[in-house]
Amino acid sequence: MHQLLQQIFSGLAAGAIYASLALALVMIYRATDLVNFAQGEMAMFSTYIAWTLVNAGLPFWGAFIITLLASFLGGMAIERVVIRPVENAPVLAAVVVTIGLALIFNSLAGWIYSYTVQDFQSPFPDRPLFGALITTRDLGVIGVTLVMLFLLFAFFRFTATGLAMRAAAQNPASARLCGVRVGRMLAIGWGLAAAIGAAAGIMVAPVLFLDPNMMGGVLVYAFAGALLGGITSPVGAVIGGLIVGVTENLVGTYLIASQLKLTVAFALIILVLVFRPNGLFGTAILRRV
Amino acid sequence: MAPILQLRAVKAFYGQSEVVHGIDVAVEEGGMAVLLGANGAGKTTTLRAICGMVRSEGEILFAGERLDRRTTEEIAGLGVAHVPEGRGTFIGLTVEENLRLGGYTRGGRPQASMQRMYGYFPILADRRRQQAGALSGGEQQMLAIARALMMAPRLLVLDEPSFGLAPRIVEDIFTIVERIRQEERVSVLLVEQNATLALELADHAYLIETGYVVASGSAKALADDPQIRRSYLGY
Repeated sequence: MHQLLQQIFSGLAAGAIYASLALALVMIYRATDLVNFAQGEMAMFSTYIAWTLVNAGLPFWGAFIITLLASFLGGMAIERVVIRPVENAPVLAAVVVTIGLALIFNSLAGWIYSYTVQDFQSPFPDRPLFGALITTRDLGVIGVTLVMLFLLFAFFRFTATGLAMRAAAQNPASARLCGVRVGRMLAIGWGLAAAIGAAAGIMVAPVLFLDPNMMGGVLVYAFAGALLGGITSPVGAVIGGLIVGVTENLVGTYLIASQLKLTVAFALIILVLVFRPNGLFGTAILRRV
Repeated sequence: MAPILQLRAVKAFYGQSEVVHGIDVAVEEGGMAVLLGANGAGKTTTLRAICGMVRSEGEILFAGERLDRRTTEEIAGLGVAHVPEGRGTFIGLTVEENLRLGGYTRGGRPQASMQRMYGYFPILADRRRQQAGALSGGEQQMLAIARALMMAPRLLVLDEPSFGLAPRIVEDIFTIVERIRQEERVSVLLVEQNATLALELADHAYLIETGYVVASGSAKALADDPQIRRSYLGY
């Protein structure tokens, strides 16, 4: 029983990271109907920025905040420069663009920082808590993620810009008639997604160690989480990510060799697509005419 | 008094094809003008041209400003509120959020204007926390008009507000539109299939056929024209 709880909590810590990245995927999907295959590599690149800043002597949280801001601006720039030209192109063209982006970031990181695995210190000490049920590090990761998600939901729920972003994603033509600058909202969406991804990358780097391929597996788990939650639902993405984290950890501990854990994500993706394409919280597009 | 909206030799396009072939339309300050005509005549396209949603040529003047070559967002910011065909409801947002969006260009706290809208449309107040997609067609039309008025516009552009609604609800909506026009001092440009009702309310009317204005004048004159009566009013 004790071990089970332990595995659940450590699964939640991993799940919090998948949840963040899944949320980033969902935000971009809702805004631009596009699955951003570069989300993981963008996060990885952001993590290198944080690592550089920490190595330059900045305190961890200073580096964290600067990296999030830089990623926000970088995400906006990517939307403007790379995504906007294919906005009205067939969806496959846009997907290929995001895959290209992923390759670019991966190679760029390898070129600048080399493919050598780097150690990234966690800001949280690794001490057992509550009779070794959970470590302070896992608790820290869960805490940071929850704070970030809370701020994000508050932003979308209570601010005029957040509301305008939701409107622009839902009905761009009507949003324009309300005076919403839809293009700018999409850019902000990409910026926010990049910043969330950056936080996820920084939180996961101490566990996985930093290298240019660090986020490959994480992105697959995040996809599984996003699909499980229903690719259109932000709340679903968060819950889906957490479920994937816990499931992966439990299955890896009790049922199969942990080397096969990634299979769980793929199996989940296939199961969801076959039996419940709208996920747990997604909605089929319906409209009254 | 100068018209608040004036179209001079306006052509409008869908992609490459010209749908509206150089029309002149004016809306008087505080007045209500109606565009009549069959389906596909170019009425909706004309409204879209005004709001920069389709490519246009010619001059579109609103309160002394050129609207042509401006973006839809800028035009909304100038005080043109367009209730589009299909109502443009944000179905996944609540009624209240739809109204807040209407007030987006004005910034600040929308509470006072929202209360005024609930005064015109009490049913919206009852449903303020509901998803807008769950409203009936008539309620969605009221919401669309209220959303547009939240902008405190100088010109209200209505594209077939009666579409798909029961006759009694249509009358309710037009009664409120008329009241709003006087109380909010807003000019109205209306596209409407229900010619009888539209000619009763409007002061000026334009009859559009295949992209041309084929008749125009005071609403009363058009309503009395025997040929128009036969073709559009059915008596």
